[in-house]
Amino acid sequence: MGAYLTRRLLIAIPSLLGISLILFVVLALAPGDPFSELATNPSVPPEVRMALRAKFGLDDPVMFRYWHWLVAMAGGDWGFSFQSRTDVAALILGRVPTTLFVVGSSQVLALVVAVPVGIVAAVRPYSLFDKVANTLAFAGFSLPTFFTGILFILVFSIQLHWLPFVYDADIQATGFQWYWLHVKQAIMPVCVLGFFQAASYTRYVRSAVLDVARLDYVTTARAKGLADSTVTLRHIARNGLIPVVTLVALQMPAVFGGAIVTEQIFRVPGIGALLINAMLSNDTPVVMAVTFVFACLVVLFNLIADLLYGWLDPRISFG
Amino acid sequence: MAGSTPASPSVDLTVAGDPAFLGLDPSPASAGSHLVSDGTAALAAAYPALAAAVPDAPAVDRRRSGAGEVWFRFSRHRLALASVFVLAALVLGVVLGPVLWPTAIDDIDFSAMLQGPSAAHPFGTDDLGQDLLARMIYGGRISLAVGVAAMLVATVVGLTVGSLAGMSRGALGPLLMWVTDLFLALPQLPLLLLLIYLFRDALKRVFGVEGGVFVMIVLVIGGLGWMPVARLVRAQFLSLREKEFVEAARSQGGTTLHLVLRHILPNALGPVIVAGTIEVSSAIIAESTLSFLGLGFPPDIPTWGRILFDAKDHLDTATHWALFPGLAIFLTVLSINFIGDGLRDALDARRVV
Repeated sequence: MGAYLTRRLLIAIPSLLGISLILFVVLALAPGDPFSELATNPSVPPEVRMALRAKFGLDDPVMFRYWHWLVAMAGGDWGFSFQSRTDVAALILGRVPTTLFVVGSSQVLALVVAVPVGIVAAVRPYSLFDKVANTLAFAGFSLPTFFTGILFILVFSIQLHWLPFVYDADIQATGFQWYWLHVKQAIMPVCVLGFFQAASYTRYVRSAVLDVARLDYVTTARAKGLADSTVTLRHIARNGLIPVVTLVALQMPAVFGGAIVTEQIFRVPGIGALLINAMLSNDTPVVMAVTFVFACLVVLFNLIADLLYGWLDPRISFG
Repeated sequence: MAGSTPASPSVDLTVAGDPAFLGLDPSPASAGSHLVSDGTAALAAAYPALAAAVPDAPAVDRRRSGAGEVWFRFSRHRLALASVFVLAALVLGVVLGPVLWPTAIDDIDFSAMLQGPSAAHPFGTDDLGQDLLARMIYGGRISLAVGVAAMLVATVVGLTVGSLAGMSRGALGPLLMWVTDLFLALPQLPLLLLLIYLFRDALKRVFGVEGGVFVMIVLVIGGLGWMPVARLVRAQFLSLREKEFVEAARSQGGTTLHLVLRHILPNALGPVIVAGTIEVSSAIIAESTLSFLGLGFPPDIPTWGRILFDAKDHLDTATHWALFPGLAIFLTVLSINFIGDGLRDALDARRVV
């Protein structure tokens, strides 16, 4: 297991480097100069501008600039936010937990819905339940998160007045009330994201389980006279669900994309909302850092999925 | 023998280009029936051996030609069939819309602000009293055009990368697949937003406001959507390139380019068509998402996502404003996804309906 872990970690590092290189190249190719404002400012003499450019290394060759940027990112120096006048790292770290909470809860919800529905649909293929579930799944992932979010707000906030549609990270309440208010305001963002993911997971689970359900050992288990539920849960589902781990990991970029939209609709103060606000106010250091954090999160979850896969499936060699 | 046994390399070889344009597996049955139904008499005359092989084919119990078979399988998928009509109606609506409903999209009328649907404004009006039906017709053209154009970009890039990786026997294949996996791990929406944030102004200067944003969004969405196509194409190539009919074509002196273009690629197209269909719907969602976040098309180009973005602050007073564009996106994406599902069933020659 130790060697497997190390190997997986070593595979993750080139991906991170590759992603960071792509991000940096995008930034370096982009038109616009952080010192362009100084150039048009008559009170800043050209020598000062040149000295500043040299000081910040803007005239260095691209490879050096990439190296410096990478070292700074790795060292936790992510720059300074133009807009909020704080350290970018501190700004982001303060918001990551909110995003992880919303994304994590929505994934749990998605799996809680998708796994049972997918298994039942797969053990009774082409039954009425399967057809209904399949149609609903299609509708589910054809409904973009921003439209579901708006529909939820329309129904549950505006019509029924059940749930608040603005997320408040700083709730002034104590004890049980505090938890209740937090749960209440998280319901809609989590459901919007969760149901969207549940739709595609249901189809994954169904096809993964369907692949296993026809294998000989399942027939053998039935022939032994085992109960249907035992065969389904202990023989089919246990094996069939292993590939779902990988499919869920492959969905991670889409999940975080959905989180950006959801955070924007419900004004959840996570890193997705931070990204959009930074873009709308031209806060480049924050934009770069948040994009990189999203990339790191995706790589991290892929890594976790790989490890889980190795743990769940003994056929994967650890050597 | 063409249709009855798999061992018919000569027939498969000579007509390899033919079943190909259907995107079908060159499974002997469909290749044989297609050959016969199209009556390639000249071919038979040129190849006596083939002519001898042909008379056996009609013995196979096939009542439909290749295209007919695909259509038959597709029409068995009722939701896919219904989706074709829904999508056709939507496309006709946005294409012919301006003729049938010649209202200006920027006709500001403060006496008719935030009105619900009525005879004068079937879809109601927005906060400036602009007619929403006219705006949705205009925006629908953009949204659908973005979807199709981004799909073309993604398919061309995916086909190129996938074919190169699938034909390479050296280091190029693994390298390209590593890049593909890297792109799959990229957080797409943040990167889309980042690219648009950084390059929007530069492209606006080159292509003008509308053209610049259009080119930008199409390139970025297509440039981040080619990976599934590339992986599918590579997988198809890896198996097809070892098939007997490819071997036979090579033994006759076909160059690699000829093999790829005439024999391998046409047979690999089935899954690509399905992936391309899905690509259209995901590109439409991506464009709407960008516009919904206020970072896609500017306000004077009312794509469906942009209309939703403008509508979301008036949900309590003007529900219709958000519902119509949202439903339009939903219906379009849903019908395209169902069509993709139907095509998957129809083009998979191995599946017996």
